[in-house]
Amino acid sequence: MAVRKLAPEDIQPDSFTFSSENMTFVAQQIAKYPQGRQASAVIPLLWRAQEQAGGWLPRKAIEKVAELLDMPQIRVMEVATFYTMFNLEPVGKYFIQLCGTTPCALRGAGDIRQVLERRVGEQNHVTEDGIFSWLEVECLGACCNAPMVQINDDYYEDLTTENFEKLLDDLAAGRPVKKGSQVGRRSSEPQGGPQTLTDPALFDGSQIGAWRKRFEEEATSAAAVQEAAAATTSAPSTPKPGKPEAGRVVETEKADTPAKRVKEGEAPVPPTERREASDKSKATAVDARTENKAEPAPHSDKSYVATPSKPEAGRPTADAPADKNNKS
Amino acid sequence: MAKIIVDGVEVDVPPEYTLLQAAEAAGAEIPRFCFHERLSIAGNCRMCLVEVKGAPKPVASCAWGVRDCRPGPNGEPPEISTKSATVKKAREGVMEFLLINHPLDCPICDQGGQCDLQDQAMAYGVDTSRYHENKRAVPDKYLGPLVKTSMNRCIHCTRCIRFTTEVAGVSDLGAIWRGEDMEITSYLERALGSELQANVADLCPVGALTHKPEAFHYRPWELTKTDSIDVMDAVGSSIRVDSRGREVMRILPRVNEAVNEEWITDKARQIVDGLRLQRLDRPFVRENGRLRPASWQEAFATIAAKVKGTDPKRIGAVVGDLAAVEEIYALKLLMESLGVANIDARQDGTVLSPAHGRGSYLFNTTIAGIEDADAVLIIGSNPRIEASLVNVRIRKRWRVAPPPIGLIGENADLTYPTTYLGAGPDTLSELLAGRHSFAEALKGAERPLIIVGQGALARPDGLAILSLAAQLAQSVGAVKDGWSGFSVLHTAASRVGALDLGFVPGPGGLSAGEMAKGGVDVLFNLGADEIAVAPGAFVIYQGTHGDRGAHRADVILPAATYTEKSGTYVNTEGRVQLANRAAFAPGEAREDWAILRALSDVLGHRLPFDSLNALRAKLYEAHPHLAEVDLIAPADVGAAVQALAGLGGSVGREAFVSPVKDFYLTNPIARASGVMAECSALAQERRLVAAE
Repeated sequence: MAVRKLAPEDIQPDSFTFSSENMTFVAQQIAKYPQGRQASAVIPLLWRAQEQAGGWLPRKAIEKVAELLDMPQIRVMEVATFYTMFNLEPVGKYFIQLCGTTPCALRGAGDIRQVLERRVGEQNHVTEDGIFSWLEVECLGACCNAPMVQINDDYYEDLTTENFEKLLDDLAAGRPVKKGSQVGRRSSEPQGGPQTLTDPALFDGSQIGAWRKRFEEEATSAAAVQEAAAATTSAPSTPKPGKPEAGRVVETEKADTPAKRVKEGEAPVPPTERREASDKSKATAVDARTENKAEPAPHSDKSYVATPSKPEAGRPTADAPADKNNKS
Repeated sequence: MAKIIVDGVEVDVPPEYTLLQAAEAAGAEIPRFCFHERLSIAGNCRMCLVEVKGAPKPVASCAWGVRDCRPGPNGEPPEISTKSATVKKAREGVMEFLLINHPLDCPICDQGGQCDLQDQAMAYGVDTSRYHENKRAVPDKYLGPLVKTSMNRCIHCTRCIRFTTEVAGVSDLGAIWRGEDMEITSYLERALGSELQANVADLCPVGALTHKPEAFHYRPWELTKTDSIDVMDAVGSSIRVDSRGREVMRILPRVNEAVNEEWITDKARQIVDGLRLQRLDRPFVRENGRLRPASWQEAFATIAAKVKGTDPKRIGAVVGDLAAVEEIYALKLLMESLGVANIDARQDGTVLSPAHGRGSYLFNTTIAGIEDADAVLIIGSNPRIEASLVNVRIRKRWRVAPPPIGLIGENADLTYPTTYLGAGPDTLSELLAGRHSFAEALKGAERPLIIVGQGALARPDGLAILSLAAQLAQSVGAVKDGWSGFSVLHTAASRVGALDLGFVPGPGGLSAGEMAKGGVDVLFNLGADEIAVAPGAFVIYQGTHGDRGAHRADVILPAATYTEKSGTYVNTEGRVQLANRAAFAPGEAREDWAILRALSDVLGHRLPFDSLNALRAKLYEAHPHLAEVDLIAPADVGAAVQALAGLGGSVGREAFVSPVKDFYLTNPIARASGVMAECSALAQERRLVAAE
């Protein structure tokens, strides 16, 4: 997620007030919720404030919403910063949100991105004439028509570098532009009209819905009833679930352990294994230990264990009682 | 009650318990960061994962109720495991995620040695990181003079947000942005506006929020810990005074469910620098209009010369707000032996007196009892600044189920909605006559609570107002079997103890105000700094700080603050509590009772004790209830209210004004503290902004 921050103080407006028709909207929104729960209207109000302020939320607008909803300012600030659709810095007259998620990326969103970088510049940056700014966003849900951008409130789909450049030219020049698909298809239908499900036989009932006829026949057949009865009687009385261990931990015993064998009345170690173990020729060869007994193995005398594992190291612990016999 | 098996141990717990609480009941310890007993459940740190038998994955035990667990197939109690390999692995995973962005600051972090993350990393941390990306960097925030931030360390537990919103009742802190970029901040980094804000640094499980005034001053393991009692207000919060050598380094809250739960005010915590600034460390004697350093002998000789030539009727003694019971008792005995009847411990001019019974001046409901009240009327008090932790209790009560809360006096923001009834005694009379709608709410309540503050009592018609309040308490049934809803809120730590001892004018004696206005020739001032003594009288000031009292004094006897002596304090509820010595008084300053004992010798009326224990033995003999530390000796509230109601009298028309003008500067220790001065200036600024 791109780094977002509040717009610098010098471009923040000095005040913000909702227009009179927006105040009507505000009153409607607040009236939707029970008394004392007016804070629920915070997102519609912020959204309307953003529309009124030209696509972004000035600090004063956030404070105004807090005042209208009787909320602490920080709570409104939390909402405004949490949702990336609230812009906290000014945007261009045409605010372009480029979808960069997988389907669009596979269909060439990278090329569109390059166009934007060349013509508009960096993200979150308004062109000098104030016409454009752009931002890469996550999936906007028009994957069928990828790649796509959202400009202000409308989607522009099936983009190529050529038609996107033309779109930007038209917008900059103030010419009317076509919303939706730029290659002339209706919503997300296949280009050039439907290409599947064109066989008329699909729609005359001969294939689809044919089962219904058979079903009606069978319902009246007594044979079917008998068959069902026979099936019931032959069913196992204790059905076995398909996956006995599904959904719960079952303690299964380890296959072959001494403990299990003892439980079943067998010798802990089978005689065959015992015989094999006693066979010297199969044993792993180990050299005899040649360590000098007088010299103990090196070890640290600092122990983090409460009772040292080597009491013969000899030093009495600090709180051990003194040996009475040794008292001089 | 619901049965649950924790690590093979079956326990019987209330069904509303969470798994975490059930595990603790079974003796299993669950690590946690975001969970806190006194805050709402967030469930976002995920450190408290446990395994529930039958659940497909570990669950956060702080946010899963015992009643939400399914029983076994044959109706066995639900079973959870807190020590299994799965649990350990899950917690290690959580810890690894927490440590991804946590800087390895421990050597330069003030939280080192008292850090939850450090401790729990010992159990669940791994010694290497598998994370090779850049760590998140977060700009530090300005949150005022008390809380220092180091936001790189923040693990987003949101305890600070929940504390300020829920307990302190100010929505100052919030979390802006989202996900990994989430940042804790106040709106546009304004200073926090709560009088309890420093508690957020205690709550912070890591070093993101630490105490600014004590930054880099100590390591927790260097400190000697002494349990003590706060004297900044009459609540008597339980505190722990941490000292290093001769110096008090910090003050922390102690858990005391009956009084302060787990919080203390910023004033109780951050006056630490006031304990070493502006101190009186040697006796002074005024000569030719100027104070000059003197020896104890000189000072005592000067006093003796003056006292011996003065008629006892022209001698008086006043006691200040921070004095312990021991020295008040010693002073009382000394004054009795001198034949002085002009003694008063009520420098603010309050009308409370032991004459009407102990129940007439105690917070009879008790602070914990506030939680049982179902209607509250606050008369002439702003509990938010006079006794912040009482206010926290009222707010806690309000959060459970809002009772009607009425307010007579200053219309202040108490952090919970109140019904503002009026400004002065007229409203109280109207309420008593039943001409006010709030009277219905009080009458209809099962356990109404009437709180009378010093703003209503420290005025000439205070007794009549107290009588009105008592009549109201009787008429709405606030005092009955099992419920004492008539409570007086004090503002000074010493007041209830002094009233218990009867440190009020004897027959024909003068009150503190009369003494200060020139009623006496020799005035013994035991730490009373809030009273202006008129020129003329010879003033002996025994106190700790070079404040108003010392400026007016003719002889200064340097004494010990509450952290430098062992003293008994009785809080507004009448709870007897012991403050212990954590450090020694500076220079030649001595413990108060010892000064009075030495002075009595010079005056020729030797007090009958040579040690603090002997003093206490005598004190306990005379006032047995003071021996019952941490307890409240029951007072006959019914009789006291009856007596007060019978007093009658006519009331004035002036509005009630809270005696606490500036929360941060109420006593000489706070006034000496630079931190408190900064807080006070900030609060002043905020008031000006709010007034615009």
